Amino acid sequence: MNRTFSIGGVHPHDNKISRGCAIETLPVPETVYIQLSQHIGAPAKPIVAVGDKVKVGQPIAEPGGFVSAFIHSSVSGTVKSIAPRKDLAGNPQMAVEIAVEGDEWLEGIDTSDTLLTDIPSDDKAILAKIRLGGVVGLGGATFPTHVKLSPPPGKKCDMLIINGCECEPYLTSDFRTLLEKGEQVAVGTAILKQVLGVDQATIAIEENKPEAIAHMEEVLASLRKLSSNYAGIRVMSLRKRYPQGGEKQLIDAVMHRQVPSGALPIDVGAVVQNVATALAVYDAVQKNKPVIDNSITVTGECFPRQANLLVRVGTPLSFIIDYLGGVPEDAVKVISGGPMMGRAIANLDAATLKGTSSLLFLTAAQTSRRAETACIRCGKCADACPMGLEPFLLVRLARAGMTAELEENAVQDCIECGCCLYSCPAGIPLLDHIRMAKGQMLGIIRSRNAKK
Amino acid sequence: MNKLLVSPSPHIHADVSTRTLMRDVIIALLPAVAVSVVFYGWKELLVLGVSVACCVLLEYLATRFLLKAPSTVGDLSAVVTGILLALNLPYTTPWWVVLIGAIVAVGVGKMTFGGLGQNVFNPALVGRVFLLISFPTYMTHWEMPQGLFGVDAVTGATPLGVIKEGLLQGGTVPQLMADHGYSYGQMLLANMGGSAGELSALALLLGFIYLLVRRVIKPHITLSIWATVALVSLIFWLAAPDRFTDPLFNLLTGGMILGSCFMATDYVTSPMSVMGGIVFGIGIGFITLMIRYFGSYPEGMSFAILLMNATVPLLNRWFHQKKYGRA
Amino acid sequence: MSTTIIWTIVIIASLGLVLAVVLFLVAERFKVEEDPRIDIVEKTMPGANCGGCGFAGCRAFADAVVKAGNLDSAFCPVGGNETMKQVASILGVAVVEKAPSVAVVRCNGSCAVRPKINDYQGAQSCKVKAALYAGDTGCSFGCLGCGDCVAACQFGALKMNPETGLPEVDESLCTACGACVKACPKAIIEIRPKGPRGMREFVSCVNKDKGPSARKACANACIGCGICVKTCTHGAIVLENNVAWIDPAKCKLCRECEAMCPTGAIHGINFPKPLDKEAVKGRVQERQKKAREAEAAAKVAVEKKED
Repeated sequence: MNRTFSIGGVHPHDNKISRGCAIETLPVPETVYIQLSQHIGAPAKPIVAVGDKVKVGQPIAEPGGFVSAFIHSSVSGTVKSIAPRKDLAGNPQMAVEIAVEGDEWLEGIDTSDTLLTDIPSDDKAILAKIRLGGVVGLGGATFPTHVKLSPPPGKKCDMLIINGCECEPYLTSDFRTLLEKGEQVAVGTAILKQVLGVDQATIAIEENKPEAIAHMEEVLASLRKLSSNYAGIRVMSLRKRYPQGGEKQLIDAVMHRQVPSGALPIDVGAVVQNVATALAVYDAVQKNKPVIDNSITVTGECFPRQANLLVRVGTPLSFIIDYLGGVPEDAVKVISGGPMMGRAIANLDAATLKGTSSLLFLTAAQTSRRAETACIRCGKCADACPMGLEPFLLVRLARAGMTAELEENAVQDCIECGCCLYSCPAGIPLLDHIRMAKGQMLGIIRSRNAKK
Repeated sequence: MNKLLVSPSPHIHADVSTRTLMRDVIIALLPAVAVSVVFYGWKELLVLGVSVACCVLLEYLATRFLLKAPSTVGDLSAVVTGILLALNLPYTTPWWVVLIGAIVAVGVGKMTFGGLGQNVFNPALVGRVFLLISFPTYMTHWEMPQGLFGVDAVTGATPLGVIKEGLLQGGTVPQLMADHGYSYGQMLLANMGGSAGELSALALLLGFIYLLVRRVIKPHITLSIWATVALVSLIFWLAAPDRFTDPLFNLLTGGMILGSCFMATDYVTSPMSVMGGIVFGIGIGFITLMIRYFGSYPEGMSFAILLMNATVPLLNRWFHQKKYGRA
Repeated sequence: MSTTIIWTIVIIASLGLVLAVVLFLVAERFKVEEDPRIDIVEKTMPGANCGGCGFAGCRAFADAVVKAGNLDSAFCPVGGNETMKQVASILGVAVVEKAPSVAVVRCNGSCAVRPKINDYQGAQSCKVKAALYAGDTGCSFGCLGCGDCVAACQFGALKMNPETGLPEVDESLCTACGACVKACPKAIIEIRPKGPRGMREFVSCVNKDKGPSARKACANACIGCGICVKTCTHGAIVLENNVAWIDPAKCKLCRECEAMCPTGAIHGINFPKPLDKEAVKGRVQERQKKAREAEAAAKVAVEKKED
């Protein structure tokens, strides 16, 4: 029996209907809008001016703080404006508008397909390249990777976990990346492993992707023959269960360790990176190619053409949708990301970000919420919660504004995976309220720690 | 294109609603209902019909005119209460007694607390216990089942009642069992005398397994009751086999199966956590046996469940889930 | 039989007596010495425990003012000046009078003028909705319509108008405690002085977008055109971030700005007569024309002098 995490979880149908679609490259649009805040942390500061000519891969914004990242032009052309533009939620965000002219890449970027398996020995240089390449966690959190790779002194990493679970239904971009760019992911993994100074790395893949598991085993076997860098990297098959790809759940599944509340994965000796991040690390370190594009799954039963696309960062969503035939008549909701944790899009003119993993179209029947009825205290939410919380209780406390009790019952541990709301038979908007209460609680805890 | 729908995540939902859960419970009760109708005939159908109809009607009236809220009849919980109440009554119960039971069950047991999800006590049991105390003649007078087209009605008592009565008159358990020809096989299958829900342990277990397979309930409360009953009665039985009935007898008779599988596992009135549920089950098992062995009533399942229902808020406060990353 | 009754009475009575003595002794033993004025002040308070004063409730307010010995930073918006006078007399200090205030909803983007561009489904809470996205209309500043303010109001002074989708304040019930101000994630509600006989003038919009996009999202939006600023002869209007704000301390209630506003974002309330827009507009335009002519004349005069 394959491993999995120990508490809660749900089993939504995986609906990986686009799994057979090879990654195809989307044409470059006429204009891209590159948002300056594409990562967790401070927004980047623009280093180009309106009217400047830029090339593909040229940095256009530098980190605005320690936890921040470089942002690069994904196209070649002229900077038209640096102004607020509505993001997918309709909120204005600073963005650099670039009119595309040709496709001229910055010198020094290796655009060939040659696989480079020799890893540079200088860890500092590698880290610098990762930082300069604007690499952030592409699994959704978009935390700057170089920060995650520099653990605080005194903390040692025992295991690097490469997250290939893709436990969200519908998403297949990581699966396709593993199949088509498995070698690059493996090299990226080896680079990450070397920088972290760990002996063990695990590429964790859920059992519903047997092709990816077999392929990665094969790739690693052949790479091991080439160099000792690839020893200690193994593939682990995990049981299919949501939210396996959650950092805390994955560490529990792979290492049987639980990250204490309020602590970081590194406190239990783990660092988790996504498959797409490993690929981005390979590109940045081996090919000098910064994060200027990413794989996006475009899918949904109602969507006529399933696809996995390689899309330049900053491409308007409407451009992608029109390329594949437009929004289908019966689709009512378009989601950026998976159906469990993704964000519903309010503005289809918004542009893609580094962390955009999917565009999912759902019909009213698939996505409509049930009208809220009385809680029947069935406890299904508590059974489903992978953090072992009691959503039925938290939601009552949140509605009553009982802050002290909320903290006692660990509302701040919520990972917003959506299992509670998913499983509630009474249609109670559990997560909606818990998310708010969690946000407030984190604020309270932060200000309390700041006072100390 | 339509206007886009925007909502917080998650965007998909499990295929389970209050209505489907209640529907599953009704399906799970069907074997027991079928057996009771086959054995007791049209009189049982009358009890069932009056009970269900009255519970549903009352729920409708109470939600519409007392709570002034949309009617909750559609969630089928009133139907479940109606069936459970009927299964807890002898088939000979007059229709007006059933009516009173249903009024107390839904009216007092459920609606006065604010409707579904708010009640502290299992509504069907509130109804049953009210009738048991108010109309003991109807509630303890049994006629032995004689089948759908049976003619000869034989007046009798439930095995638990027979043993209790017999012990009071100075008999011993093995002697009484032998005198009345009780066999475990018979208890398991059917034809025991008693209320419809006491009739066939097998039919009820079938429904219980269905609920487990459909993941409507978890087995911990039921198993905890069974384990407690088995263990405690084993101790008593080993100590004094003449005075106390054996574990298997206690598990198969009375409302044990119906109560442990369908009444104690009621979502609203049982603890949320697994640990709480186990303690809840231990309490029910223990109190039931104490009433059976030492109380004045032959059967204690209903009282035990109601008593433990009252402890649920406390159990919910004491016992919580194991949280991730916390000691 | 009768002895049973007598015994019952005797036992119950003596039990009651013993327990009463115990209770009395415990109460005496654990008595907390407090300034008696706290109780007196608390009694004069409205007792709503709304927190509008900034303290946790009426008791906390009483405790704080008695301990401080003055009313410098304390004001009960619910009880208003009446209550504060009483509190001041208890404490023997001077009272600071404050103009009576009322909550004002600064959004007039009703369903009719602010079309929906998407549908929201989720918890009916403005906070949840605001955290999720910009809202279901083109205006990311306007009222979200889920009624967090209505839920926050302890006095029943706020109601959602189903027709406009906006909350409405019942002035007779509003105590200006500010609970709605805190509850509104879009900071639409402002506590403003009630004004003479309730008359007041305010900009009913907080949209900071530039004119065209504000106008596109809502026909009644403040587009930051600045006409009101130019119109106002009292210097009462400030234009910041594309949105105007009328300073109630300087406003003389002449209603000229209201008449001149091209989108109707400026509202006048409780005026005895309806505003004759055209007449006021004509008057203002006449005045501005004269001013321009005077300016031009002065310019010519200056130029002549220089010549």
